[in-house]
Amino acid sequence: MTRIDDTFARLRQSGKKAFVSYIMAGDPDVPTALAVMRGLPGAGVDIIELGLPFTDPMADGSTIQLAGQRALEGGMTVDATLQMVRDFRAGDQVTPIVLMGYYNPIYARGVDLFLNQAIAAGIDGLIVVDLPPEEDAELCIPAQAAGLNFIRLATPTTDAKRLPTVLRNTSGFVYYVSVTGTTGAAAAQAGDVAPEVARIKASTDLPVIVGFGINTPDQARGIASVADGCVVGSAIVKEIGAGKPVAEVLAFVASLAAGAHSA
Amino acid sequence: MPEDLINSYMTGPDEQGRFGMFGGRFVSETLMPLILDLEERYEFAKTDPTFWAEMDWLWKHYVGRPSPLYYAERLTQHLGGAKIYMKRDELNHTGAHKINNVLGQIILARRMGKTRIIAETGAGQHGVATATVCAKFGLQCVVYMGAHDVERQAPNVFRMKLLGAEVIPVTSGRGTLKDAMNDALRDWVTNVRDTFYCIGTVAGPHPYPAMVRDFQSIIGKEVRWQLAEQEGEGRLPDTVIAAIGGGSNAMGLFYPFLDDPSVGIIGVEAGGKGVDDRMQHCASLTGGRPGVLHGNRTYLLQDLDGQILEGFSISAGLDYPGIGPEHAWLHDTKRAQYVSITDAEALEAFQLCCKLEGIIPALEPAHALAHVMKIAPGLPADHIIVMNMCGRGDKDIFTVAKHLGQDMKV
Repeated sequence: MTRIDDTFARLRQSGKKAFVSYIMAGDPDVPTALAVMRGLPGAGVDIIELGLPFTDPMADGSTIQLAGQRALEGGMTVDATLQMVRDFRAGDQVTPIVLMGYYNPIYARGVDLFLNQAIAAGIDGLIVVDLPPEEDAELCIPAQAAGLNFIRLATPTTDAKRLPTVLRNTSGFVYYVSVTGTTGAAAAQAGDVAPEVARIKASTDLPVIVGFGINTPDQARGIASVADGCVVGSAIVKEIGAGKPVAEVLAFVASLAAGAHSA
Repeated sequence: MPEDLINSYMTGPDEQGRFGMFGGRFVSETLMPLILDLEERYEFAKTDPTFWAEMDWLWKHYVGRPSPLYYAERLTQHLGGAKIYMKRDELNHTGAHKINNVLGQIILARRMGKTRIIAETGAGQHGVATATVCAKFGLQCVVYMGAHDVERQAPNVFRMKLLGAEVIPVTSGRGTLKDAMNDALRDWVTNVRDTFYCIGTVAGPHPYPAMVRDFQSIIGKEVRWQLAEQEGEGRLPDTVIAAIGGGSNAMGLFYPFLDDPSVGIIGVEAGGKGVDDRMQHCASLTGGRPGVLHGNRTYLLQDLDGQILEGFSISAGLDYPGIGPEHAWLHDTKRAQYVSITDAEALEAFQLCCKLEGIIPALEPAHALAHVMKIAPGLPADHIIVMNMCGRGDKDIFTVAKHLGQDMKV
């Protein structure tokens, strides 16, 4: 049982949907990002996705890309990202942290060393966008053997034939990408998402969380009501990018969380 | 044609799209079903005689193949050593080797029922070739080009627009070729139903590196029979040399000779201002490390944290921080040798080629020629070198004038 599994068990008991939020590590600087991160659980966030900055985030839209650029220009590194997780963990032993990013920074460090360091820092799961099931031997299998969850994306192009392949080595939860496109893309309609979530849930007992294109508390409620929860990333990162004070960012997060939790 | 391809394909990549440890399919889940579909359709097309009949007809009547294999007599005499041949792919329609591959991918796209073609381009040669073939077949064409390249390659931008393509300047990241490729991938992930991504080099997720290589292999296949025609039955080159950015013209020349141990193979990377730790170059093999970018594992210019670095070269066509995975494998297995040539050396070769042979080369093959100039004098007269003159230099005269300190208006 990881912190992710515990969180979903707790939510299930209380009949609540999960609210997952994404921020980029070190955006716009480490103190600000850490202050936001520390405030997320209090704002109602059940699971934190922490972005690992990368120069070439080809599955992300401009909002996340710019966040990564801000972080990298501020000197953000893999080590500093892991330090951020340790600093967060010093005050919070409960909230799951999922590191989300691309494979090359992990590969450059060396998979075994990275996994040891990630676990020691207090990371619970990984989402690595450019590692499909076809490349499971690279990181997915070693990560699960080491005790981390490896969360896979399912998308509108994942057809019935392919779905079992995608689900096979997935753990923690399934992240359903509601639209074809990058992060921050056009909004998904709950009516379109519902049958897709049902299709996935027919093949797995894992929770299905829906992300991409959710920007408002109403959308968060609508999407969460047809799934086990929802993810908001770009809309929050946009507030941080606009230089809003931490309290204001967290107030916005709280409104989204309230939307998801009212589903 | 099809029989040759089946045989040559047996050596690599493997079922995972790997050349040794290089290559693979490092893409997001949204794209995965698309590249599996592409692989299936390409595997079918490869053994379909009607596919190759269509290619052969267009190569002959639209592109102007076979391109000549030309004995560069004055250059040979000037250097006073090996006998130098040039494979004249700069005489193709659109002025470079790029169209060899574009034709193949567009015919495949048509067979797959795709109506919208997207491409990335650096110097603009692949963009122009794609826009050209799309115009010929009446397909919608969108070309992603780094904003920085849009500025320095204005004539090619205008060509693409004349041909009916939409050119989208890419400002994300640093606005270069790798960012253009990122944005093309973002477009593809968004428009999955009707769009075909026409990649311009032997890189990207499997099956692109193998597919682009197969289409470009027409270069080396022609060299085989053309050299035999001029030098006698069974005569193979002793050395084949080509410039490498992503590496498609080089793979096209090298591939048909991989199993001929007597043929030495040399790839020439862009050394920019010199291959040292200041990273003012694009020499992925001589100055990079294995990493994962744009769907494949290969040698990349990157920092210790795995962040990708920008390349630097006088030639926009070589300005990419990676290299095709098959080159990475040929490098590690030592079947091919990879060297680098600086901007200054390429400029010197550019001028010498103009004056001695009446051929204005593109800056890309000028790099290959510069290495020929280095090695030819030390080789015997019966040593045959074939270099790939993969593009013509019309696009580069502004850059060259600037570096030579000359005002074009005079």
